[in-house]
Amino acid sequence: MMLPTKEEWIKALKERHGKELQQAFSSATVAICGLGGLGSNIAIHLARAGIGKLILCDFDRVDITNLHRQQYKASQIGMYKTDALADNLREINPYIELETHTEHIAEENAVTLLQGVDIICEAFDDAECKAMLTEIVLTEMRDKYLVAASGMAGLHDANSIKTRKVTSKFYL
Amino acid sequence: MVKVNGTELDIAGKTLTEYLATTNYDMKRIAVERNGDIVPKAQYGETVLQDGDSLEVVSFVGGG
Repeated sequence: MMLPTKEEWIKALKERHGKELQQAFSSATVAICGLGGLGSNIAIHLARAGIGKLILCDFDRVDITNLHRQQYKASQIGMYKTDALADNLREINPYIELETHTEHIAEENAVTLLQGVDIICEAFDDAECKAMLTEIVLTEMRDKYLVAASGMAGLHDANSIKTRKVTSKFYL
Repeated sequence: MVKVNGTELDIAGKTLTEYLATTNYDMKRIAVERNGDIVPKAQYGETVLQDGDSLEVVSFVGGG
């Protein structure tokens, strides 16, 4: 089976999303901080939607206990999540541009790592890391949008999930 | 009065640090928005709450 050409790929996305929206998607760069249950799924959806470039950040490796919800395969256990997810995303969308950072994101390197992006998805596990990234993005990188998540662990009623716009550039 | 997460509180004149000390929030897990802007943690001590301010304290819960 031949893969579609880039032109065919873009044409199909434009048919689905409309030309304007697809151009916005194609020219966007989105960073995903944390590639677990949230981040790996976000990445897959954004790659399918035709986002131009994704920056994937996670320090961890794929573990057998991740596989029930995270977008990795049994054959990828032990791999860095950045590398494994990059492989999976390229299988889905061969034309996506990817940049991976296999390291902890902290106050010292966040601004440098996230400089070139339009939108940042906070998908960390740890609450203190969530608060840290939120403060840095919204005070030191004020041109960027932040989409963050809180309290998404465990199995609960799906109807209790709420989304809201906290400030003009901060979605929770 | 200062509106905190939708509730009017009589805390005008206090600093953000003073107000937060009266709550159970874990300082390391929160982000505070005041009138549409996030307040950096380093400025909590010098941020004096004004009558009519609107505060939103986002307290993060783990899970990703």
